[in-house]
Order: sequence, then C-alpha cells, then structure tokens
Amino acid sequence: MQTENHNHHEADQIDIIPCMSLTLQEVEHIAQLARLQLTDEEKALYQQQLSDILDHVAQLQQLDTSDIPPTSSVLPPRTMLREDHPKKGLEPKQALKNSASKEKDQFRVPPVLD
Amino acid sequence: MSLSSPFTVKDSLTLLSIGDLSSLELTDHFLSKIEENESAIHAFITPTPELARRMAKQADQKRAQLKKNDETIPPLLGLPMAIKDVLCVEGIRATCGSKILEDFVPPFNATAVQKLLDAGIVVLGKTNTDEFAMGSSTENSAYGVTHNPWDIDRVPGGSSGGSAAAVAAKFAPAALGTDTGGSVRQPASFCGVSGLKPTYGRVSRYGLIAYGSSLDSLGVLAGNVEDVETIFRLMAGFDEKDATSIDKPVPKQGCAEDVSIKGLRIGVPEEYFITGMQPAVERKVREAISVFESLGAEIEVTSLPHTQYALPVYYLIAPAEASANLARYDGVRFGLRATNEDLISMFTQSRGFGFGPEVKRRIMLGTYALSAGYYEAYYGQAQKVRTLIKQDFEKAFERVDAIAAPVAPTTAFRIGGHGDDPLAMYLEDVFTLPANLAGVPGLAFPVGFDQEQLPIGMQLMGNHFDERTLFRLAHAYQQSTDWHLQFPLV
Repeated sequence: MQTENHNHHEADQIDIIPCMSLTLQEVEHIAQLARLQLTDEEKALYQQQLSDILDHVAQLQQLDTSDIPPTSSVLPPRTMLREDHPKKGLEPKQALKNSASKEKDQFRVPPVLD
Repeated sequence: MSLSSPFTVKDSLTLLSIGDLSSLELTDHFLSKIEENESAIHAFITPTPELARRMAKQADQKRAQLKKNDETIPPLLGLPMAIKDVLCVEGIRATCGSKILEDFVPPFNATAVQKLLDAGIVVLGKTNTDEFAMGSSTENSAYGVTHNPWDIDRVPGGSSGGSAAAVAAKFAPAALGTDTGGSVRQPASFCGVSGLKPTYGRVSRYGLIAYGSSLDSLGVLAGNVEDVETIFRLMAGFDEKDATSIDKPVPKQGCAEDVSIKGLRIGVPEEYFITGMQPAVERKVREAISVFESLGAEIEVTSLPHTQYALPVYYLIAPAEASANLARYDGVRFGLRATNEDLISMFTQSRGFGFGPEVKRRIMLGTYALSAGYYEAYYGQAQKVRTLIKQDFEKAFERVDAIAAPVAPTTAFRIGGHGDDPLAMYLEDVFTLPANLAGVPGLAFPVGFDQEQLPIGMQLMGNHFDERTLFRLAHAYQQSTDWHLQFPLV
C-alpha cells in the first residue's frame, strides 16, 4: 500500500517534502510533544497510518502558492473588543466542580517543583 | 389529539398552540418512541426523560399563565429537541463521545442552547457523536455505535450520527448538530433527513466544545428544511461571548413565505461528480437538479477547480487546530485524571487513557504539522491552498446563487466497513469539506433512495450569510417532492 502511494505521487511532486515515512523515533517525539502516552502497538500503528496520511497530503506540494496569502480565518479581518465592564463569572465552587482534585478553592496537582 | 402526525416541528407547534396537545403529551410521545426503539438505534449517550417531563410540565404551566395574561408565547414553547453531546447544557453531562469527559457536567449553557431554551424547548437528551466530533460514522464514540434507522447494520454517518438517527427514528422532531467538515450534512444524508451547516460565524460557538475553531459550526437537523429554518433562525446572531460570531441581521422572512424560485441560478460543479462515486447517488442528484430546473431555476455548469485539494487541506488544518484545542485536557480543571504520580505522568497518562484512537491520531497529525521544521511545508501550505478553495467559491458566486452537489459519494456504509483504514474514512468527507474551508453555508436534504432503500442526499451551498436562498430552493423542492416525508419502519 505504502509503496503504491509512493509511486503514484512521485511524478507530480516538487521535492520540498519527499515521500513521507515516519520513523518510530519521530512518532515517539510527536507523542512527547503532544503529551500522549502511547503503547508500543499504538506507536507502530500510528507510524504506518500517519505515514500514509502524510503521503496523501503531500499532493499539496504540486501547487505553486508563492503569491497566495494564507487563510487562517474566513472572516474579514477585524478587531473584536467589547466594553471593559466587569461582569460576574463562575463562582469558585462551580469552576472547581469538575476537577478531579481540589483544595481550598484551588485546583490540586502533583508537585510542580521538587 | 392526533399523535399519529406530529413528528415535524411545524405540526408539533401547531398542535401545541391550538391546545390540541400539551407539551407533556408531546414529550411523552417522543419518549415512548425512544423507549421502544432506542436499544436498536442507540441515538443517545445520555437520554434525559425525567428532565424532559419536568420541562414539559413547566412549559404547559407557562403557556397557561401567558395565555391567561394575554402575553406573547415563546416560539418553541414545549417543543422537545435532542442535542448533540458536544454542546454544553448546564447540569447535563457533556461527554463529547469521549472517556476523558465521562463525568464532565458543564456549569453553563452554550449560547445557541440558551437561545433555544429561552424560546421554550424541552431537552430529550444528549445524542451520540464521534469522539470530539472526529469521524464520519459515529463509530468513534466511546459510548457505542449508533445504528442507521434505515438499516441497523449500517452507520448513520457522523459525527452528528446520533442527532440524525434520532430525527429519522422519530425520537425527536429536531436535533442540534455540529459541522466541522460535514458532520451535520453527511449524517443527514445517510439518514434521509434535512440538515443545515450555517455560514461560519452565523451561530455562536460559545459552549460548543472546540474541535477545529476556524471550521466549527453549529447546525440543525430535522425532517424538512422549513423545520430546520425555524430552529436555525432562533439560534443565529451575534454573541459577545464568541469573537468569531458576526453581527448580521437574520432574515425575518421564512422560506415558506417566498415560494417562487424562478430565475434563481444554480451552479453544478463538475468536480463533484467523480469516478468511483456510487452511480445511484449521481443519478438521483442529477434528477433533483432537473426538478429545480422544472421549477424555474436556471441551471449552469460551474467549476470549483481546487476541490480535490480540500481533503488534504482539511486533514492538515483541522488536526492542527484540534491538537491545540485538545491541549486543555490535562487532567487539572476538568476531565479524567489518570494518576497523581507526577505532573508529566498526569498529563500523558490522562490523555493516553482518556482519548480514543481517532482523536490521538489527529492530535499526533496536527502536532506534527505544527512542529518546528514542518510548519511551513504542511500547515502553511494548507492555509494557502485554503485561500484558493475559498476563491473558487467567490468566483462561482459571482455567477450563481447556489451550488448543487451530492453530500457524499456513497449511501450509508456498513458498520465496520472501513475497518482500520483512516484514509478510506476521510474520503467520505470529500464533498462536504470545501464548504467548511470556505466558511459558506450548506443545506442537505433527501433526494431519493438507492437500490437497497438507503437514502441519498444532496446539498446546496450558498454565499456567506445567504442561508435564505438555500432554504427557498430546498423548500420549493420539498413542496413538489415527497422524499422528506418518507421515514424508516424502525
């Protein structure tokens, strides 16, 4: 499957991103950046699946976009500011209600510094 | 009292207002449908029958009180509705179809939900969804698969599959859904109901638990487009709690008051009729287009030349935004906390245990696309191609009032049919993604069946903030066809 994809796209591609094949180390690095604990099976699965997906999206490299501005929002550019009037927010009790661990109106977490 | 007919919003509201039916009777009617068939369909993650009865009784009391004082009755007073479980309803848990939010009970209402509660709705429950709305089949839910009421071996589509199945199974006259890449329109199509993805910014996203913030929109599913419009108009409008909501007046006039579609121009983009699509889908969509022509619309061929790039653009931008949005699930303020061992383990284990496979896949993909060294080549390039896709629509709408296309290349596929092949699943979204990338509205509605009696849907896409033209066209179509009146025998 992967080999087929490689051949399929080869002819059209500019060489910014070559046909993608992630290494296991790269998968582990991404998981670490995303703060995701993965099992060995998951790592192997994502290594293959993400490589296939990256292969598919590589077709975007076919397009010359040197003069095209990026779109980060479809809305017209504008600044949204409201009047700076204080308003009631959630009560501490409500805001803390969904936390797994709390103490004296605060979220409780494991020690940040030793 | 005639309980055989009121499964539409319009019928229900008529019966409520003339006093032929109380909200409690109407609510009990839908609750009994749910009780009868929910075990086969599984449309809900959290049904709320007691709350619904309580709200219905209050609605009846309120109606009596207001009538007595000759005061205005809220437009949806006593109307039962289902709500997709990615929307916050105060006091009812909102799981997003994820284990990580299993016990999350929002302390506030989404703005759209608040507006509908103010209009008088009764909440029947929270409907099933792919985890964090990531999926096209509702198979990615941590709370089980929803079954298509037309064939329970098939998926209802996704991610708003629970809402679509609920409407098709007559569990609710209308349901809220969300659409980031087709998640209202595709399940509407698979279940033979009508569904709107509004213009980006038209309906507040406040209280919609975020997936892809530049793409997310909050829509409605119902048995016909007039019902969809009734609900949509009540939830649209500016909200100061959502900086991306737009202050544009919502048209006062509904589609039913403007029946002629003579002279409206409909573009048919050839890029949406691809080899490999199910022949019955193309045939029925083209038949529907000729119905529009016979009703006086002008049909012309149009082109959206960058359509084929919508899939790769979407599957970079949406996961990138998701990877940032879902960083908030760290076990601290809400959601599952797997361990208190140390800070990093709390993050990685809570997320590793709490998220399902598709969510992890998209977080990984998005993290990679945004990471140093790859940002420009992936995310940056996708944003630029997004501009080209948006420009395709701008050019098309210089000539036409609406664009007609299939919703999905196939009818509902079998549960488990795409196995473990994420790319095959992503291809289901190929016709719905462009509207989200361009921010334009899309309205899906049924136009026939395939050989296996599975519904086929088409969509009309419109210019920014021109939902009205879509409703006019689709309403005219539904006035002269009866596909929307056909429901499965559950």
